[in-house]
Amino acid sequence: MSQASSLKLVPPLHPARPGPPGGSLFSQYGLDKAYDEMFDADWKARAHYRPLIEELLIASPDELRQRQLEADRAFLTQGITFTVYGDDQGTERIFPFDLLPRILTGSEWDTLERGLAQRLTAVNLFLKDIYHEGRILAERVVPPELVYSCRHYRREMRGVKVHKDIYVSVAGTDLIRLENGSFVVLEDNLRVPSGVSYMLANREVTKRVFPGLFTRYNVKPIAHYGQSLLATLRTLTPANREPTIVVLTPGVGNSAYFEHAFLAREMGVPLVEGRDLLVHDNIVYMRTTSGLRRVDVIYRRVDDDFLDPLAFRADSYLGVAGLLNAYRAGQVSLANAIGTGIADDKAVYAYLPAIIKFYLSEEPILSNVQTYLLDNPSDRSYVLDNLESLVVKAVGESGGYGMLIGPHSTRKQREEFRDQILASPRNYIAQPTLAFSRAACFMDSGIEPRHIDLRPYVLFGDKVTMVPGGLTRVALRKGSLVVNSSQGGGSKDTWVLAD
Amino acid sequence: MLLSRVADSLYWISRYLERAEYTARLVDVAVDQGLGRASSFTGSAVERLYQSVGLEAESQDVSALAGGALFDLASRNSVAACVTAARENARQVREEISSEMWEQLNALYLRVRQMRDEGSWSARTHHSTRAIIDGVRLFKGITNGTMSHGEGWQYLQVGQFLERSSETASLLTLFVPEGTGSSTMQEPRDQVEWVTLLESCSAHEAYCRYYTADVRAGRVTEFLLLNPEFPRSVRFSAVRLEAALRSLAGYSARTAGRAERLAGRLRASLEYAQVDEILSDDPQTYLTNISRQCSQIHTAVQQSYVAYPIESALPA
Repeated sequence: MSQASSLKLVPPLHPARPGPPGGSLFSQYGLDKAYDEMFDADWKARAHYRPLIEELLIASPDELRQRQLEADRAFLTQGITFTVYGDDQGTERIFPFDLLPRILTGSEWDTLERGLAQRLTAVNLFLKDIYHEGRILAERVVPPELVYSCRHYRREMRGVKVHKDIYVSVAGTDLIRLENGSFVVLEDNLRVPSGVSYMLANREVTKRVFPGLFTRYNVKPIAHYGQSLLATLRTLTPANREPTIVVLTPGVGNSAYFEHAFLAREMGVPLVEGRDLLVHDNIVYMRTTSGLRRVDVIYRRVDDDFLDPLAFRADSYLGVAGLLNAYRAGQVSLANAIGTGIADDKAVYAYLPAIIKFYLSEEPILSNVQTYLLDNPSDRSYVLDNLESLVVKAVGESGGYGMLIGPHSTRKQREEFRDQILASPRNYIAQPTLAFSRAACFMDSGIEPRHIDLRPYVLFGDKVTMVPGGLTRVALRKGSLVVNSSQGGGSKDTWVLAD
Repeated sequence: MLLSRVADSLYWISRYLERAEYTARLVDVAVDQGLGRASSFTGSAVERLYQSVGLEAESQDVSALAGGALFDLASRNSVAACVTAARENARQVREEISSEMWEQLNALYLRVRQMRDEGSWSARTHHSTRAIIDGVRLFKGITNGTMSHGEGWQYLQVGQFLERSSETASLLTLFVPEGTGSSTMQEPRDQVEWVTLLESCSAHEAYCRYYTADVRAGRVTEFLLLNPEFPRSVRFSAVRLEAALRSLAGYSARTAGRAERLAGRLRASLEYAQVDEILSDDPQTYLTNISRQCSQIHTAVQQSYVAYPIESALPA
C-alpha cells in the first residue's frame, strides 16, 4: 500500500467552517429550508448518521458505484421487477433503488408507531359506523353529503357484517417530515396499498451489497412481514378450522404482479386469479386438479370496481361473479373489505383528526397536513387565488396522477385545473406546497439530497402490528416532489435503530 | 395443490414445445433433402413431411415452404406460433416453473422472433433449425434439473408424451401403404423416403444400430411404432404417458380413472402388437386409431382435472 493511500484522511465531521464533509463525494451536497435527514442546518451530522458518513468517506466513489451496480443487478436477477405496460418483449425494469439507507431512531419510530395504530383504529371504527348507524354523520362531525357523494362509498356494504369489524387489514400511510423535523400524515392508502415487497427486497439487497454497515448499526429486522401478514389474515375467519387463504391478483399483466406473487410465496398461500375462483351457494371455491377447494380469506389485490362483474363493473374479467353475495353472506372474508376507499378519499382525509377524536376521545398523535376542501366556498376562493403556491389533488386518484404542483406548473396547467375545480369542486383538495425532508442519495455526481417520504405498512388483526420502517420513496429528479414509481420515483432501504 | 388453470398451462407448454421441435426438425430434414437433389426437391417424402404440418408442398419453393413452417404466425403449427404460445402460457404460470426455465423459454422466444424479423435464417437454415431444436432440448434439460418432479412436472410430461405419440403416429400414417399391403422390401427410391422419415424423428442412427443400415418399410414402422427403447417411438411415449397419468391420479383426490385407463390400453396394445399383423391388415386405420386414442386421452385429462363440471366436484 502506497504512502498516499495509507494517509487517506477521513475529513472531520465537525468542520471549522460549516459545509459538507470534504472530498469530492459530498461536494454537490447542498442544504435548503427542507429538513435534511443527514445534517442539521449548521452542517453538523446527525448522530445516527455519523457511522454511515464515515463508511461513505472511507469508500471511494468507484467502490460505491460498484455497490450500486451490484444492487441493480441483484434486483434484476432475483426478478424484483415490474413489467412496463405494453411492453411485449417481456423486459422488466427495476424500481430504482438508492444505495444509501434512510435511518430513523428508535424513539422517532415509537411515536410513528403509536400514531399510526391510533389512526388505523379510528379508521376501522369510522368505516363500521358509516356503513351501519352513521353516528358521526348524524352528529355532522363529518358531513353526510361528503361521504355519500364519494364514488368509493359502496352502498352494497350498508349493514353488512364484517368479521370482527375489521375493514382495513393492511394500510399504507404516507408520511412526510416537515421543516421542523416532525412527521405528518400526507395521505392514507386503505384500499390496495402496495410497495411492501420493495421494502423487503431493499433490505435484502442492502445486506448483500453493503454488509459492513450492519456491523456499525443495530437495525431492527423486518423479514417477518410475511408471517405477520399471514397472522393478520388468519384473524379474519372464525377460528374453528384451518382457513384457506389466497392472494387474488389481476394477473401477469398488472404492474404490481411481482409483489402479489412474492407475498403469496412469503406466506405460503396460493396465488389465484379471478378465473380460478367460482361461487356456488354463496361459498367461494378455487378450481384445483383435486377438485373444488373452499376459500375462506381472500387477500385481494384487485380494486372494488373489478371484483365482481355481477355487482360492480360488468366488463371486468378480473373478478369473481357472485363474490359480493358470498361476502355479504359472511361465507368469505376480504382483506381489505369492499368500500374502504371512502376513508382514504382525500377530502375525508381532512376530517381524520376529528374522526380520531370522535371515536377514541384522544388527540391525534400524528397530525395531518393543512388541507383546503374545494367544495367549501371560502377554501375554494383562497385556493383559486393562490394556485401557483399550492398543490391541488383529485380526491380519488393515486400514483401521483391528477395532481397540480403549483410552483412547478405552467399557466396553462393552472387554467386547466381551475376549470376542473369549478366543474367538480367536491373532487379536489389543495394543500400548501411542502418542502418535505431530503435524504442523501448516491447520484452520478456524488452524494446529493433528494426529497423522500415514508410509507409504513400497518397490519390490523386482533392487534395492530407493524414491521419497523416501511418504504422510503425518493423523488429522484433533482428538485422534484413526486415520489411515485410511475413518475420517476425510486426507493431506499429504511432502518429503524434499536436504541 | 395445483390450480386447474396452472396444470392446463403446464400441459400446453410441453405440447407446444414438442410440436415446435418436431416442426423445426422436419424443416431441417426437408431442406437438407432438397440440397441433395439435382432436380425437383419435393420428393414425395418431403411432401409428406410438410403435409404432416398442414402445408401443401407441390407448388411452393423451398424458402417459402420452410419459412411458412417456421415462422407463419397465422398457422397454428408453425414453430413461431408454437413457441409464442408456449411462452405465453409460461408467463402465466411463472410461479410454478423455475426462473431458469422461464429465462430459457423467453430466450428461445426472442431468438425465434429475431430470426423471423431479420430473415437471415434462409441462408443458414440448418443452423437456424438446430438453434431452435437445441433451445427446446435445453428447456427440457433445465426443467428436469431444476423443477421438482411433482404434480406440475407430471403435467409437463403428459403434454410432451401425448404430443409425441400423436405426432409420430400421424406422421407414420402418411408413409405407410393404404389398405392391405405386404411388408416386403421396397425399391431403393422408397429407401430414401424411409430414411427421410427416420431422420425427421432423429431416428436414423438409432435404427441403424438396432437393425443395420438396411432400411426396410416394415422395420422402420416397427422401430417408430413399437420399439420400447427409442425415445421417440409411439410405444415409448405411451409408456411414459401412462406413468405420468398414474402419478397424477395419485396426487388428485378425484377418482378420475378414465385418462389412465385409456393410456394403459394404448400402452398395452403397443406392447403386444406385431408389425407384420399391422402391415398386413390395415396400417392406416391402425395408426389413425392411435391418433384418435391420443385425442381421447387429451379430453379425459381436461375433463378430469381442468374443465370438470362443478356439480361433480363439490366437496361432500
